[in-house]
Amino acid sequence: MSETTPDTYNYKVVRQFAIMTVVWGIVGMTVGVWIAAQLVWPALNFDTAWLSFGRLRPLHTNAVIFAFGGSALFATSYYVVQRTCQVRLFAEPLVKFTFWGWQAVIVLAAITLPMGITTSKEYAELEWPIDILITLVWVSYAIVFLGTVAKRKTSHIYVGNWFYMAFIITVAVLHVVNSAAVPVTLTKSYSAYAGTVDAMVQWWYGHNAVGFFLTAGFLGIMYYFVPKQAERPIFSYRLSVVHFWALIATYMWAGGHHLHYSALPDWTQSVGMVMSLILLAPSWGGMINGMMTLSGAWHKLRTDPVLRFLVVSLSFYGMSTFEGPMMSIKTVNALSHNTDWTIGHVHAGALGWVAMISIGAVYHMLPKLFGKASMYSVKLINTHFWLATIGTVLYIAAMWVNGILQGLMWRAVNQDGTLTYSFVEALEASHLGYVVRVIGGSFFLTGMLIMAYNTWQTVRANSTAPALAESAA
Amino acid sequence: MTSFWSMWISVITLAVIFGCLILVMRTRKSEVYKETTTETMHHAFDGIEELDNPLPRWWFNMFLITIVFGLVYLFLYPGLGNYKGYLNWTSYNQWEEEMAHAEEHYKPVFAKFAGLSVEEIATNDNARLMGQRMFNNNCALCHGQGGAGAYGFPNLSDSDWLYGGDGATIKASITNGRSGAMPGWGAVIGEDGVRNVTSYVMSISGQAADATAAAQGKTTYQAMCVACHGVDGTGNKLLGAPNLTDDVWLYGSTFEKVAHTIRQGRAGVMPAHGALLSDDKIHLISGYVYSLSN
Repeated sequence: MSETTPDTYNYKVVRQFAIMTVVWGIVGMTVGVWIAAQLVWPALNFDTAWLSFGRLRPLHTNAVIFAFGGSALFATSYYVVQRTCQVRLFAEPLVKFTFWGWQAVIVLAAITLPMGITTSKEYAELEWPIDILITLVWVSYAIVFLGTVAKRKTSHIYVGNWFYMAFIITVAVLHVVNSAAVPVTLTKSYSAYAGTVDAMVQWWYGHNAVGFFLTAGFLGIMYYFVPKQAERPIFSYRLSVVHFWALIATYMWAGGHHLHYSALPDWTQSVGMVMSLILLAPSWGGMINGMMTLSGAWHKLRTDPVLRFLVVSLSFYGMSTFEGPMMSIKTVNALSHNTDWTIGHVHAGALGWVAMISIGAVYHMLPKLFGKASMYSVKLINTHFWLATIGTVLYIAAMWVNGILQGLMWRAVNQDGTLTYSFVEALEASHLGYVVRVIGGSFFLTGMLIMAYNTWQTVRANSTAPALAESAA
Repeated sequence: MTSFWSMWISVITLAVIFGCLILVMRTRKSEVYKETTTETMHHAFDGIEELDNPLPRWWFNMFLITIVFGLVYLFLYPGLGNYKGYLNWTSYNQWEEEMAHAEEHYKPVFAKFAGLSVEEIATNDNARLMGQRMFNNNCALCHGQGGAGAYGFPNLSDSDWLYGGDGATIKASITNGRSGAMPGWGAVIGEDGVRNVTSYVMSISGQAADATAAAQGKTTYQAMCVACHGVDGTGNKLLGAPNLTDDVWLYGSTFEKVAHTIRQGRAGVMPAHGALLSDDKIHLISGYVYSLSN
């Protein structure tokens, strides 16, 4: 096969996004640990409006999903599409715009959300001028990515790129439809939808933000970095075909399960639940394809902490995509809804899957992007791995216990039919879980700080990380 | 919904489910290798090859089971547009059944105490405890556990009552709700007027106040405020107008807070619970609330 030399690829934008992945990861997770601590010690909001939970929580979610996760997706997709299509990125000026435009969106979010400027739509809190900027960046991203695929030198399109393309196209549709609003002033708009319809549009968007941003996009990462790091072929091409099409067809429908037992019509709830259950196998298809790719290479896990990140992320992916369909069953949902279980479920996916696979991918790319043979310290990657894994387990275990505890306390009734516990009693009982969550989150954040140090030592001008031998390039 | 939308929903829902079924069956059928293989698809991307392994059997079966479950569920329950489902289940029916069941089982438990007066419930351990549980789940959100109140939400455990603290009045407050409307006077009496009246109100409640301003404020008070708060400022329970001469303040006792109340007014709302809780339950809660201050 003809090898295109690395300098024909646009690695500059990949380097930029890879570094920002680490930076925004630290910012977003710091805010996360901070608000988790507020739930243990409420005085930590210092009676200041812009430090209050209600304003910092959307800042946390936006920072980790769109700033950290988004930068990881931009970095990896630009890296993967060039290497698997054997061509340089299409439309150079647009490439630059996607980086600076996306960073501008993040900075604007970090300013407006603490100020209390919000549409109040979960995961889509940013007001309309920022929404327009997002749309422009996203359309540019689509042109760059699809344009690059179109001019590829390979005959087929690699499976990783299918997932990236599904993610880019669908997120564009979701964002535009859900953010449709009537502007009143520069910082205030009203949703184009009302009542239950607004709620359904919101969760159609919200669940597909999980499905396409946090799943399809990251499966794109998985399909390149797992076989590459393990140096093994993908387990099954036909499995990837089935699970790709089934995943994107059914995910679209699953949002209704966020509104079980609400004013949403019964038929919409039923369809949401059924599609969520059918989603189990397509979701697991990705996990199987990743895990089985390691057959014959399991021994590498003993020595390669980057591969550990990738494989453990697949385990958490499998766990949370089993948990999701289960929680969408109405009778289970009756217990889990509005409890900390949901937050635990989200973080099994967000920390265990999204963050871990991003971290693994960034560790894989960094040396190659900066002309090194390896990261400055493999030992520190290993330390990071254990901090991240233990942190995630502490976090989700605490939320499982809290969630089930809350669900059971809320539904307990006395012999006279009155509720046994008041809301505050369930909150008091959750205290220990909240403490454990802060500890778990701090573990995870500490790992990110170690990653930042390791990254700095690898990329700085007079780095002592081993240089890449000329012939190996 | 119209039959068009009903059809639309049914057709695309089933198309997605059967689409998945056809996709997985056809892929199964076209498998070249039935066992694990090392054969690849003969294309490589940046060195990554893809094997032509068959779909894992357990995964294939699991996929089929979820599809069958989904189709059965959509046969039994509402989902396909206007189709009601074989079981004729609706969430509203389920709720009504559960409520009817609860009514049948628990009504006698509460009705037992209907013969007691609110004051008597306060001294009946059993009845008061039931009232307390319902208070904690329905009232404590604003009035606090134990009824100690919060800023803007009256303390129920002291002896100061806006509308009266006898059993019948407490029950009326819970059943029908209350609207405490203090109009804003800023536009009528001007900022000087606001500060003067504030000084006067501070002085009659025994707080330090500028004597000259208070004297001027008294004139305005007697023209504008006496109708509700009374000549001596002790308030009027019929209107829910607070006593201004004591040291109980719903919205704060500092000069700035009192001035704000006079300038902007206040709109306190106690929601009516008559439609939310049965009379027997409100009766018990009233007894508990009565017990807090007696």
